[in-house]
Amino acid sequence: MPETLKNGLELRDVRVRLDGRELVAVDLTIAPGEIVTLMGPSGSGKSSLLGHICGTLPDTFDVTGEVVLNGTPLAGLTPQERHVGILFQDDLLFPHLSVGGNLAFALPSHIKGRGNRHARVEAALSSAEMDGFYDRDPATLSGGQRARVALMRVLLSEPCALLLDEPFSKLDSGLRSQIRSFVFDLCRKNSLPTLMVTHDPDDGEAAGGRVIKID
Amino acid sequence: MRSRMRTFVSALALATGIAATSLSTPAFADPAPDVGNWQSVLDQARGQTVYWHAWGGEPRINDYIAWAGEQVRERYGVEVVQVKLTDTADAVTRVLSEKTAGVDDGGAVDMIWINGENFAAMKRNDLLFGPWAEQTPNFAYVDVEGKPTVVNDFTVPTDGLEAPWGMAQVSFYYDTAKLDDVPKSAQELLEWLVKHPGRFTYPQPPNYMGSTFLKQILTELVEDPSVLQQPADETDAKATLAPLWGYLEDLQPLLWRDGQAYPQNGASMRTLLADNEVDIAFSFSSGEVSSAIEAFELPDTVRSYVFENGTLGNTNFVAIPYNASAKAGAVVLADFLMSPEAQLRKQDPQYWGADTVLAMDKLPKDMQEAFANLDLGIASLAPSERGTVLPEPHPSWMSLVETEWQKRYGVVQ
Amino acid sequence: MLRFVPILTIVLMIGPVSAGLIGTVLPAFGILPALGGTTPSLDPWQALFAQPGLDASIRLSFVNGLIATAISVAIVMLFCAAWQGTRIFRAMQRVLSPILSVPHATAAFGLAFLIAPSGWIVRLVAQFAGWDRPPDIAIIHDPWGMALIAGLVAKEIPFLFLMTLSALPQADTDRTAQVTATLGYGKTAGWFKATLPRVYPQIRLPVLAVLAYSTSVVDVAIILAPTTPAPLAVRILGWLSDPDLGLRFMASSAAVLQLLIVIAAMVVWIAGERIIGALGRHWAEDGHRFRKDSAVRGASALLALEAAGAVVLGLAVLLVWSVAGFWAFPDLLPRGFSLRLWARELDAIGSSLTTTLLIGIPAVLVAVTLVLGCLENEVRTGKAAGRRAMLLIYLPLLMPQISFMFGLQVFFTLLGLERTLLSVVLGHLVFVAPYVFLSLSEPFRALDPRYGQTALCLGASPARTFWLVRLPLLTRAVLTAAAVGLAVTVGQYLPTLLIGAGRFATVTTEAVALASGGDRRMIGIYGLLQMVLPFVGFALTLLIPAVLFRNRRGMGAQNKG
Repeated sequence: MPETLKNGLELRDVRVRLDGRELVAVDLTIAPGEIVTLMGPSGSGKSSLLGHICGTLPDTFDVTGEVVLNGTPLAGLTPQERHVGILFQDDLLFPHLSVGGNLAFALPSHIKGRGNRHARVEAALSSAEMDGFYDRDPATLSGGQRARVALMRVLLSEPCALLLDEPFSKLDSGLRSQIRSFVFDLCRKNSLPTLMVTHDPDDGEAAGGRVIKID
Repeated sequence: MRSRMRTFVSALALATGIAATSLSTPAFADPAPDVGNWQSVLDQARGQTVYWHAWGGEPRINDYIAWAGEQVRERYGVEVVQVKLTDTADAVTRVLSEKTAGVDDGGAVDMIWINGENFAAMKRNDLLFGPWAEQTPNFAYVDVEGKPTVVNDFTVPTDGLEAPWGMAQVSFYYDTAKLDDVPKSAQELLEWLVKHPGRFTYPQPPNYMGSTFLKQILTELVEDPSVLQQPADETDAKATLAPLWGYLEDLQPLLWRDGQAYPQNGASMRTLLADNEVDIAFSFSSGEVSSAIEAFELPDTVRSYVFENGTLGNTNFVAIPYNASAKAGAVVLADFLMSPEAQLRKQDPQYWGADTVLAMDKLPKDMQEAFANLDLGIASLAPSERGTVLPEPHPSWMSLVETEWQKRYGVVQ
Repeated sequence: MLRFVPILTIVLMIGPVSAGLIGTVLPAFGILPALGGTTPSLDPWQALFAQPGLDASIRLSFVNGLIATAISVAIVMLFCAAWQGTRIFRAMQRVLSPILSVPHATAAFGLAFLIAPSGWIVRLVAQFAGWDRPPDIAIIHDPWGMALIAGLVAKEIPFLFLMTLSALPQADTDRTAQVTATLGYGKTAGWFKATLPRVYPQIRLPVLAVLAYSTSVVDVAIILAPTTPAPLAVRILGWLSDPDLGLRFMASSAAVLQLLIVIAAMVVWIAGERIIGALGRHWAEDGHRFRKDSAVRGASALLALEAAGAVVLGLAVLLVWSVAGFWAFPDLLPRGFSLRLWARELDAIGSSLTTTLLIGIPAVLVAVTLVLGCLENEVRTGKAAGRRAMLLIYLPLLMPQISFMFGLQVFFTLLGLERTLLSVVLGHLVFVAPYVFLSLSEPFRALDPRYGQTALCLGASPARTFWLVRLPLLTRAVLTAAAVGLAVTVGQYLPTLLIGAGRFATVTTEAVALASGGDRRMIGIYGLLQMVLPFVGFALTLLIPAVLFRNRRGMGAQNKG
């Protein structure tokens, strides 16, 4: 896996427009394990940019430029073919599945065998210090636990890049720094090129990478 | 026109994604049975299913129809399904819409319980199969001489296009616990209402029962009742109807709700009597009143009576549409309905309580006795109590009266 | 495949309706070859306008439809404004939902048995007043059609209330209420000034559907409306079933006229919306707080309770009638009770329930599938533009049934599909699908799109995302839509009878046929039996998610939207 990551995530002169108005324009390359922060006021099209990268942006938006991940242009690929993971400010755990079910949902199908898949999920839970939570109802978890499960879910889907859409804004301040370092550590450990949009300067500082301001 | 309609429809069919291959009619043509050769009719009928469109508002009648269906299935291998209608005209509409669509074979309606205006309309528009009725074996028992209406449906000759099924005669009924003295003519009714305003009404024409009441009054008041046997447009209709309108002029303000509202049909008039909203009501069958007592709809002190100078009577029939899918089966069923056995059960108020169309003297001895021994029910009138049966006017009078009534009294606002 | 679902759905709705309309419009202008009408003419129109009391019939349909709709909307809005977010509001929700499963005719009969001069209320008064005869006054079939309005209002309030409920979450009502309260507005005024403008656009379609229904209603009108003359739709039915087949031409032009009346009523309504909207904006900005609104709140609760109470009490009277022996006026209860009629009907009821389900289940399944297909397609293509086209799906709701039923029957006969299960199901689908769409589209569109995006970004295919994420999240909404659909198919009388050629005896066709016999016991029995299937349907929508997600607390909140 690591050798395919050598090029990271490239945004080549990407411009997002809606009804002729330019919302956001960026041109940058994010290396594996690097966390780039995009700062800007709300409504500045940051989330639209993330939507464009992972392929879920409605075609009412007009986008030019190229998104390349590990040397492969993403244009024309469906979201599920892109291997781009995303975390929102809400954890968006599926309320109808158990904690383990949420994680297993993310686990690619090439990992075969019930026992094997179960073990992978248990291992992920364990690395989030949540052993024994497989059958729990997500609605019964604390905010911090939910955030961790959400991250583990993204990572289990074996992404080649990670997008963070104001991921910590709903956590209370005590929890925020703890979850931040948990997320950032894992991004680096998995050598994921990571793009975070936020309007909290502390997020950018904690990420310790480049901070790009847009207006 | 029809072919253009078809083109349009097939285009629509293609557009709606419905396979246009099914454009041909679903059921295959049913050859007209040779009623003169009864065995061939029975052979052809075996295995057919007869969809009998009949008013379904009375559970006892529905039960009787189910019984008749069982009998012909066991005896002749004919299946009978009752299509329960709220109005006979629904069946007429169906045959008409099939004719509109060019379905001249394999229609949905195999038999209709019918009489009067509906029959006249179907006959006039060539929507009926036949003649067949008078060639069936059991027609021999029918009382053609004593009951001329069995071959003249509201004066329109049946011409073998429908088979008589039951007799009906207007009778009035009231609660003996509340009323001692009852009016026995149109004039007495008016005088009685002056003393008891608001205690009588009739169903709103063009409801069948309501129109029947108007015709009853008309028949009583008209100078020469024989005029009513001719089509209205061949007579001085205005002069003929004048006494009726004069009478209603006096009657209307005395009616229940001051004539501003009416019951919808005979059944809701019955409900009004049960609720003590009116004192007198009427029906086309005194057996029906007995049945209603049995079903708790009326108190058991209710009794029937007829007007002194007679009341209207008619016959109801079964007919077969020109495009029926199971004509032979329908003929076999109609013949069974005229059989002494079926007619006996029909007259028994325990099952239905409607009068037979058969002539007693044509029946075998045991059957005559069986009819004589029937317990007719507490509110039913024995044949001897029924007085004169007045003939129904020609259907054109009914239309005329209904239209004029609607103009005069149908709009009170 | 999915791309074609919206087109297919719209064609399945528009096709039969327009074919039916053509079959009505042609005879209206003299074309009906089966009756010898081959040349266009205006005779049917002349005959129609020569009908005595036509103006009164038109006025009844038009005015009563508008009034009934306005009262229903006003009560529902007032009640929501006064009580939203309170315990009483939730209690009302629980009372009104089951009332949706009461067919219109059943509710109307119940109301009639309650308020008629010989009804329960008068019987109660008679105990004290010592009456032995019902008063000779027209409470039902009254000349002004007030009983009809009452019947329509009682039945439309639950429908509009539940439609409003599903629109509320998107208007962010709870927080808006907090804001208006902290700005010093009374609860009711705050809701009207700040929330209503956002809620109303979402319930506009259901409101128009109610208007179209109220303006062209037949069954409720037969039971409660005046008859001298009757509203236009009732008279059309009379002309259509007149033995004089020549009246078919005039009946057709009347059916076209009925359509015009519905359109005119909608135009008036929409104009009214504009005027009230404009006046409302001034009112919203004039700063009046209406802090003390307890009287209004009390009144609104009373009105809503009365509507629900009338239906529930009506059902109670139906139940008593169904087991009644002879029941004289002014007795409060029958002299005797008997289960004999129930026993007789229960033997027969099995097959008609089966037939009802035989038609209902496919119709509901197809409708839910089509609607989910349309909505899923909307999500996948991300196009909101198609939404406008989807409005066409509501056409059958805005069209008076009587204006296209005869034509529809001819259409299916021409296709050779008449009296097949397929055609009956297709006929029902025309009426079921719009209601399913109405009930499902709001929750579906309100579902947080990021769930789907998350699933896709986790590598799930769109199909997997639909089946494993969106559909389970919408379990209750889908089941509710299915239950609404089932209630609609169970209630269909004309389409079942006309398209099925009487081959399909459902609970409703049996009920209507037996009701024509006028025995209140039979009306009671079948009125209640008609409720059984819809009621079971609605019960399952509560039960299934509760069992399926018994260990998933988050599903409760998720599905409310």
